[in-house]
Amino acid sequence: MGRNIAALLAGLVFGLGLTISEMVNPAKVLAFLDLFGNWDPSLAFVMGGALIVTAIGYRLAWTRPKPVFAERFQVPGNRQIDTKLALGAVLFGVGWGLVGLCPGPAISALTFGGAPVLVFLAAMGAGMAAYELFDRMTPRPKAA
Amino acid sequence: MENFTPISASIGGALIGLSAVLLMALNGRIAGISGVFSGTVFAERGDKLWRILFIIGLIAAPALWALTQGAHPPFEITQNWSLIIAGGLLVGFGTRLGSGCTSGHGVCGLSRLSPRSMTSVALFMGAGMATVAIVKSFLGT
Repeated sequence: MGRNIAALLAGLVFGLGLTISEMVNPAKVLAFLDLFGNWDPSLAFVMGGALIVTAIGYRLAWTRPKPVFAERFQVPGNRQIDTKLALGAVLFGVGWGLVGLCPGPAISALTFGGAPVLVFLAAMGAGMAAYELFDRMTPRPKAA
Repeated sequence: MENFTPISASIGGALIGLSAVLLMALNGRIAGISGVFSGTVFAERGDKLWRILFIIGLIAAPALWALTQGAHPPFEITQNWSLIIAGGLLVGFGTRLGSGCTSGHGVCGLSRLSPRSMTSVALFMGAGMATVAIVKSFLGT
């Protein structure tokens, strides 16, 4: 119960942050990526504000033995930089640059973004499903 | 730079950070939207409901904001359908292949100084900027 309310609250706060910072507006995101045009550095300030709070908040959270509503902190331990990571980031970056939407803002804009957002979300879901298929068909190397 | 909004950007960013901290302190999870969203379908049973509720919150926030403000947040998209579809496919596939997006790698990963996330952010920012430059030169805008 607590875990689900916490997730709903975290989603609401995240969506409010995207709304206030105007990151739900693809035109504003593209204006950040448009270094050589009429550059709008706002997105860097969004990242900066988020990073300061998260860097401090995570460290405070981790001083406790476990999360309030869960048994352990689930933090990725993988430190290997591999082709999947790099290729995935580049493909994502190209898609982001084409439209100005990444997953958070695309989902958050569902109620007011009209048909373009619905189509983008459908394509994004198809891309994610394609990855799941690809991942299940790829033989996994045994863990060393 | 006449559209630069550093104050609302910083406040909004701090709220995004607060959300990431809440999800970690309360549930022990990373606030990576691509992973949370994909998991509403593909995660194991018993690991889905919190994801669905997070996504509902994400969608409800700007709608509630619109109710109090009397207007939706600004939203402008000018791309044609083929670019929108190509963009969506690339964002969906790429974020899963690369294990994260602007939130999981950008906010959560960078704040814990993960070398994977630093690599990812440099690559997707670079690819995004290059894509905008190339599209603009092709469309001549």
